Amino acid sequence: MSDASRHDALIDALGAELTPVRRLLPPWRRALGWLLVVSAIAAVLFMRYGCTTMLRRWDALPDLGVGACGGVITAITAALAAFVLAVPGRSLKWAWLPVPSTLLWIGASGLGCLRLHLPGTPVVDMHVANDCLIFITSYSVPLSALMIWLIRRACPLRPVMTAVLIGLASAAASASLLEICHSYDATASDLFLHALAIAIVIGANAAMGGRLLSRA
Amino acid sequence: MSASSSLTFDGPWVLLRQPSSRRLNSDKAVSTETPSASEQADRQRAAWMAAAQAGDQRAYTRVLNDSVALIRAVARRQGVAVDALDDVVQETLLTVHRVRHTYDPTRSYDAWLAAIAARRAIDILRSHGRREQREVHDEFAFDTHADRDDASAGAERAQEAQRLRKAIKTLSPGQREAVEQLGLKERSLAEAAEQTGRNTGALKVNLHRALKTLRDRLHGEP
Repeated sequence: MSDASRHDALIDALGAELTPVRRLLPPWRRALGWLLVVSAIAAVLFMRYGCTTMLRRWDALPDLGVGACGGVITAITAALAAFVLAVPGRSLKWAWLPVPSTLLWIGASGLGCLRLHLPGTPVVDMHVANDCLIFITSYSVPLSALMIWLIRRACPLRPVMTAVLIGLASAAASASLLEICHSYDATASDLFLHALAIAIVIGANAAMGGRLLSRA
Repeated sequence: MSASSSLTFDGPWVLLRQPSSRRLNSDKAVSTETPSASEQADRQRAAWMAAAQAGDQRAYTRVLNDSVALIRAVARRQGVAVDALDDVVQETLLTVHRVRHTYDPTRSYDAWLAAIAARRAIDILRSHGRREQREVHDEFAFDTHADRDDASAGAERAQEAQRLRKAIKTLSPGQREAVEQLGLKERSLAEAAEQTGRNTGALKVNLHRALKTLRDRLHGEP
């Protein structure tokens, strides 16, 4: 069979099995759906823990508040970038969207560890800091899984980059949720374990999420 | 697809291409097309694809026919060898069919298709690269394995056949059926359609997908 007739045969066959399809929703609407789930979890945590401790920490040490805002913005922008990049034909420049907020998040959180200890707030020890690591990773797993499931319906042509953005969004969302019930002062060891948890989430997504998405 | 349509629709890619000295000669024939004509053609394809998403077979056939030249242009730009261009076309058409719901008619069809075609071209280049790494040059193979006896060659063939049988078993029922009917039993499309109760189009698509899956599994590709 010649190449032209091979193509014609395939086109005829594809035409013959054509069925109407439901168009993919715009990326911002799908990102909003995921963020609503995160918001629902945040609402439950607020009901359980309240916001007094969190606001007290932010009031005394504004850099922690700035870091937390950076985390929330990172979750939003990384989620949007992941959903946009999963659609063929969208510019790679979208991958830069979460970069400024990520720098703000990391920078402000890092600076938080350099200033003096907050009086009246317990200092976290390694055992408690481990709980932070478990919190971030365990919340990131379902959030990443949900986003991978939502994104698989698109066609991520850059699966690893999309998976990294999914990991970043999930880790940032989990770290922001942790902020609601994090009643300890930030220390270098605490920050290190937060960073380690975020790196684990992003790395695991890049390794496993990339494979799942490449078969989508 | 006619030759004239393939020339006409090579044009829009001029807008999408990045500057490259390798492309200048091949694109000379189409570079005179005005941007507005390219945009118009892109809009036409976008309208066809939107109609195809709603189930219009005629519009779908038209847009796929138009896409062949565009896919070839993208594959050439990615550095795919001439003899592999049609593999890229086939893979891209199948992907377009699978992900047609991701196309947003308010955006450029050409950009959407170019992204898919570029990805499939890279996949083909990688798979060819991997195959070349595994395969050895004939002279080298003869020097290295000249003493291999017939018994071991026979055993190897038997192992390969077993691997193939196992791989066929892992296919989806539709794909397995197409391979069995068209490949193993060597039935014609009409006979296979009568035997299975499926239409010939579905059988052809299933066979194509099955062959791709088998190629990937047997060559250890994902």
